[in-house]
Amino acid sequence: MSLTQLALAYARRRPLSTMLVILLLAVGTAVVALTLVLTRELETRLHRDAEGIDLVVGAKGSPLQLVLAAVYHVDVPPGNIPLDAIAALRAEPLIASVIPLALGDSFRGYRIVGTEASLVDHYRARLAAGSLWSAPMEAVIGSDVARATGLAVGATFAGSHGMAEAGAEHANAPYRVVGVLDRSGSVVDRLVLTSVDSVWAVHDTHHGKEGADEDHDAEAGNAAARGAQAGGGHADDGRAREVTMALVRYAGPLAAATLPRKINSDTNLVAASPAYETARLLSVFGVGVDLVRAFAYLLIAASALMLFVALAQALDERRYDLAILRALGAHRAQIAWVLVAESLVLALAGAVLGLLLAHALLAVLAQTVTAAAPLAGAATTFRPEEAIVAGLAIVAGILSAAWPAWQAYRLDVAATLADS
Amino acid sequence: MIELRDVRYGYGSSVVLDIAAWDVAAGEAWLVAGPSGSGKTTLLHLLAGLVTPVAGRVVVAGTDVAGLAASERDRWRGRTVGLVPQRLHLVGAVDVVDNLRLAQRFGGRSADDRRIQALLDAVDVGHLAHRLPRELSQGQAQRVAIARAVVNRPAIVLADEPTANLDDAHAAAALELLRTQALEAGATLVVASHDARVRPVLARTLMLPSRATVAA
Repeated sequence: MSLTQLALAYARRRPLSTMLVILLLAVGTAVVALTLVLTRELETRLHRDAEGIDLVVGAKGSPLQLVLAAVYHVDVPPGNIPLDAIAALRAEPLIASVIPLALGDSFRGYRIVGTEASLVDHYRARLAAGSLWSAPMEAVIGSDVARATGLAVGATFAGSHGMAEAGAEHANAPYRVVGVLDRSGSVVDRLVLTSVDSVWAVHDTHHGKEGADEDHDAEAGNAAARGAQAGGGHADDGRAREVTMALVRYAGPLAAATLPRKINSDTNLVAASPAYETARLLSVFGVGVDLVRAFAYLLIAASALMLFVALAQALDERRYDLAILRALGAHRAQIAWVLVAESLVLALAGAVLGLLLAHALLAVLAQTVTAAAPLAGAATTFRPEEAIVAGLAIVAGILSAAWPAWQAYRLDVAATLADS
Repeated sequence: MIELRDVRYGYGSSVVLDIAAWDVAAGEAWLVAGPSGSGKTTLLHLLAGLVTPVAGRVVVAGTDVAGLAASERDRWRGRTVGLVPQRLHLVGAVDVVDNLRLAQRFGGRSADDRRIQALLDAVDVGHLAHRLPRELSQGQAQRVAIARAVVNRPAIVLADEPTANLDDAHAAAALELLRTQALEAGATLVVASHDARVRPVLARTLMLPSRATVAA
């Protein structure tokens, strides 16, 4: 019988405290691992979606809101910008490329984006089936959209106002799916892409049917509806054509120093830097993450403390056992090891269980929540930081055994055996 | 087998044991008698190398016990000494077989389950091999403790008050078992007891006075 087997036998003898210690350690490890994985995934996703976009130009309002709406498609845009502004941006020598976005509608919670083919190129997305749009009311859907809605090439669907699924439907202006994108791991996986003309056409029909729909026009995110009337640069009601915003890439480093200030001061537009706004968002978000993580570390510390108390109590109960083992020929270090091994086994069990729990939760999230589908990869991949978390839990376990093990090491065998 | 010369043991100025000379030949069975506090248990601990004398030499099975380094003494004890402690204590977390396996492990022996089962059968607890100590009666626990003491075929078996709290019949059975098993293992037997029932069973007696001083 090995010393580790003996340590396991001792752990089995007090199942309640053993289970509690393992459970606490597992929960603490799982929460720390989850926050690590989710934070990394979020950072990766935010950086990937914003990659190559130096500036978002939109209507006056919150720069963060502008970036969230234009780059991550998780917020409503602050308003519209005139179509002329896009032309002006394109004429600017400091700008290499401009991708216009016309937002306003969605399909089953997935945003419909009126844009140009350059958006697909920007995210290096490839077609899995069909082709890109070439005429109004043709749409290309992202891989997540295809999976969640079951739409395929040839299918038709109608968008609804805003981002809510319960929004009023544009039933009389259906889209036809002409292409399905392969999974790119970027935000386009979750978008329905079409031409800006399509968005305008939908609202032509809408306005033609309902006249001036004030609610519609006022709805945030339906900004593209304004000026969506037919005609060269102006809608039928005389208002200038509008889009929602533009994604801008600089021509060179000089642009970063001058362009945002120039746009913000000389025009009625707002220029927001995705890199800056993302960093700001992560710093705010990071406070919450740090709090959750601190709580999880507290759980690990609490379980280590509980392990310490359990071992200290066990030392008193086992004093005679340990003296007998010494009388049988065990040396001091072996006796100390029995306590360390017991703690180590429990800490290891808690840490491994915690990591498995975290990854099981990620797998369940990826399977059940569409927005969390990209976590499927993280669910089956272990990051090096997780090994560090598990290592911390194990070190906490070993430290909690240090004092009881030292006491066992110093045990006065003769006095203990004589103490009957 | 045992050779004690001018052995003194105590704490500070208090002398617990003072033995000028004591010799025991291999295979002998001795009773160490004396009133409570006379140093019987201390003498067993000296012989087992659990404590070292303040002065003098304790030679057991040809080894000067006090001359060994602590870790060597532990190894030597596991190989050479079989101890039946006063409380018949078995390691509570593991079953009877594993208690004997632990003795084999710390005695530097490879696991020998056949030897263990044969011994347990010999002391009539073979059918309890996989019971936990708390599931045993005192008599059964005592038999297991004796089996554990001789499982490594030690040179010397030390038993501390093996008849304490036993009625006459059980005390006689326990002593007979100890004597027989020590004999079969080829071990020298030293029993520390103040129980008068033990004296007729063992051939030789070392009487310790209340503050032990034994003349050569």
